[in-house]
Amino acid sequence: MTALLQVEHLTMRFGGLVAVNDLSFTANRGDITALIGPNGAGKTTVFNCITGFYKPSEGRIALAHGTPAMWDELEALTRRDARSISRPDGALFLLERMPDYLVAQRAKVARTFQNIRLFSGMSVLENLLVAQHNPLMAASGYTALGIFGIGNYGGAERAAIAKARHWLDLTGLLDRADDPAGDLPYGAQRRLEIARAMCTDPVLLCLDEPAAGLNPRESAELNELILRIRTDHDVSVLLIEHDMSVVMKISDHVVVLDYGVKIADDAPAAVRDDPKVIAAYLGVEDREVGKVEAEVGL
Amino acid sequence: MAKPAAETNLARAFKDAGFWALVASGLFLPLIGFRTLQDIRNELTLETRWPLFFAFVAIVAAARLLHNLVIAPWREQRRSVAARTATEVPHWSTRFTGILAPCAIGFVLVYPAIAVWAAGTGGAVKWIDNFGIQILIYVMLGFGLNIVVGLAGLLDLGYVAFYAVGAYSYALLAQNFGLSFFMLLPLAGILAALWGLMLGFPVLRLRGDYLAIVTLAFGEIIRLVLINWVPVTNGYAGITGIPRPTFFGIPFNVSDEGFAATFGLTFSPIHRLIFLYYIILGLALLTSFVTVRLRRLPVGRAWEALREDEIACRSLGINTTNTKLTAFAIGAGFGGFAGSFFAARQGFISPESFTFMESATILSIVVLGGMGSQIGVAVAAVVMIGGTEALRELDVLKQVFGSDFDPTQYRMLLFGFAMVLIMVVRPRGLISTRQASVHLAERKKISGALVREGHG
Repeated sequence: MTALLQVEHLTMRFGGLVAVNDLSFTANRGDITALIGPNGAGKTTVFNCITGFYKPSEGRIALAHGTPAMWDELEALTRRDARSISRPDGALFLLERMPDYLVAQRAKVARTFQNIRLFSGMSVLENLLVAQHNPLMAASGYTALGIFGIGNYGGAERAAIAKARHWLDLTGLLDRADDPAGDLPYGAQRRLEIARAMCTDPVLLCLDEPAAGLNPRESAELNELILRIRTDHDVSVLLIEHDMSVVMKISDHVVVLDYGVKIADDAPAAVRDDPKVIAAYLGVEDREVGKVEAEVGL
Repeated sequence: MAKPAAETNLARAFKDAGFWALVASGLFLPLIGFRTLQDIRNELTLETRWPLFFAFVAIVAAARLLHNLVIAPWREQRRSVAARTATEVPHWSTRFTGILAPCAIGFVLVYPAIAVWAAGTGGAVKWIDNFGIQILIYVMLGFGLNIVVGLAGLLDLGYVAFYAVGAYSYALLAQNFGLSFFMLLPLAGILAALWGLMLGFPVLRLRGDYLAIVTLAFGEIIRLVLINWVPVTNGYAGITGIPRPTFFGIPFNVSDEGFAATFGLTFSPIHRLIFLYYIILGLALLTSFVTVRLRRLPVGRAWEALREDEIACRSLGINTTNTKLTAFAIGAGFGGFAGSFFAARQGFISPESFTFMESATILSIVVLGGMGSQIGVAVAAVVMIGGTEALRELDVLKQVFGSDFDPTQYRMLLFGFAMVLIMVVRPRGLISTRQASVHLAERKKISGALVREGHG
């Protein structure tokens, strides 16, 4: 087991409010790591810190590509006041030092949003091409060559469309490729957002409540999609989810947050039986958990 | 049952028209009913214009009555018919857009010939200069601003600043260094693009209304600098005697080396106008062509994605600052091209030509045309600029309203009226559908209702 993402002592304060307090956890390569907790526990804040949308008040968020030996460089990188080290056999990034777009572009962390953020006035295919902006931009010579039709932009675009087609096929959206994204039904929009994130070739995919608003059949399909992404594309997944049927079935490792503090960090089965977790979800004192459990028939 | 219903409808229509007449009379009484005059002894006297006042009120009431009795039922009926026939009736605009562009380009290419043929060499001057060149300048400015506002969704109220930078760059460099028009044209564009970058750097962190306010201020700053930096710009007096463009070194004048003598023609001012017409036509087509190409390149798609959702763009690794800056700089560059052409055509420029009114006109062309639509912008420019020019020509109205009636005085009224009308009928502009830049199986139109307008 090698670590892909390592979050250490992450604290995020908004004025007087401590949204995330001294959170540390590790997401291993090839794992599906779930981040759960009651409403307002700070899960999305953690996501925003990892993906660079927030600058954490304190703490370190490191992500390694390639060889596990990259982790040996962590302390040196932290001291050096740099964003990243890259070597031929791998790279190490300190995400809290990087702006949001570089987290996606260099560190290859892709994300989806709790309230779907598609480019609704653009077609489904265009959405997936926008996701491949950086390689296409390089292929078009940063516009300077592409505008005159010099270079192989056409070929790069065909390759990008082929990749988009692959993801449309996997998410079952191939027949809607030319429709505006805003016209898709809700479940399809969720899948399109995942497809769009995957088109950026991520190593870590952060899904913020992907099953929210889906019916049981759709959420079962989603499980399958996430598992396929993990196995076929060598992508690790970080998942925020309220739907326990998703969390328990597919995740390898669950981190539970409550009021910004980590209260459990274990395998799904162990977390499910953790009295602290049950208390957090049901909102009772630790000593009353047994009583409450008996009442609800657990 | 039907008859009483119809009667109450009629009664309601009249009551409604009466109400509108009341509102109109309240509005027009101070505006039209009274007029102050200064007599010989410098005393103000109040003059009443009751016939004109009542005419206006009657027009409003009659128009409202017409709407209530004819237009509203007709629209109601059409809507119910459309709802019953499940197949969606394509809007008239979608049927024409396919053939409109080639037809329009063909027409503008032969337009000078048509003008000369129809109005004679003397009469065509007005048609080529006031209508052709004037409209094409605004078409080009509209195309340029369309990149910033229509594609990238950045509300820019100071676009005229870049137009001014282009114009003054040409004027000053041509006068002081004697460089030719075709050399200065790209240079003026580049200088304007540089100014776009310079404005963009500090400003593009602002969004929406705040961006609009700062760009508005920037437009004013440029104008005030032009007014007050007298040693360079000659202030209010402006720059005169700006070198005219030559036909690849051959000037348009009566001399033996002039254009007419060289090609064995009799001298006529129309030669220069036709030449200018084709330059601005070429520039406008170039702008349009570049925009169309940019839309299919990743940068153009990123602009549109930025207009749709900036946060999603950043989550996909797009450097939004650079993307916005390119939109600003390219838009500004085209403004600079248009500005240098404007200076070359007029031979005289002053800060008067670069007021906020110009920015507003260009922006309304973009908004009326339908944000992001090339054909829409071109049609809107023809309607707005051509329309205001055409009002000068409406001498017919003098026979109706008397010889002291000046139709150009009502320009702004009609202008506002047309604007309100278009916004009511087509709130997303003349051409509101968006064409996807790439397709897998079939090119579909995207309804304007789904396309966002951007918020900075």
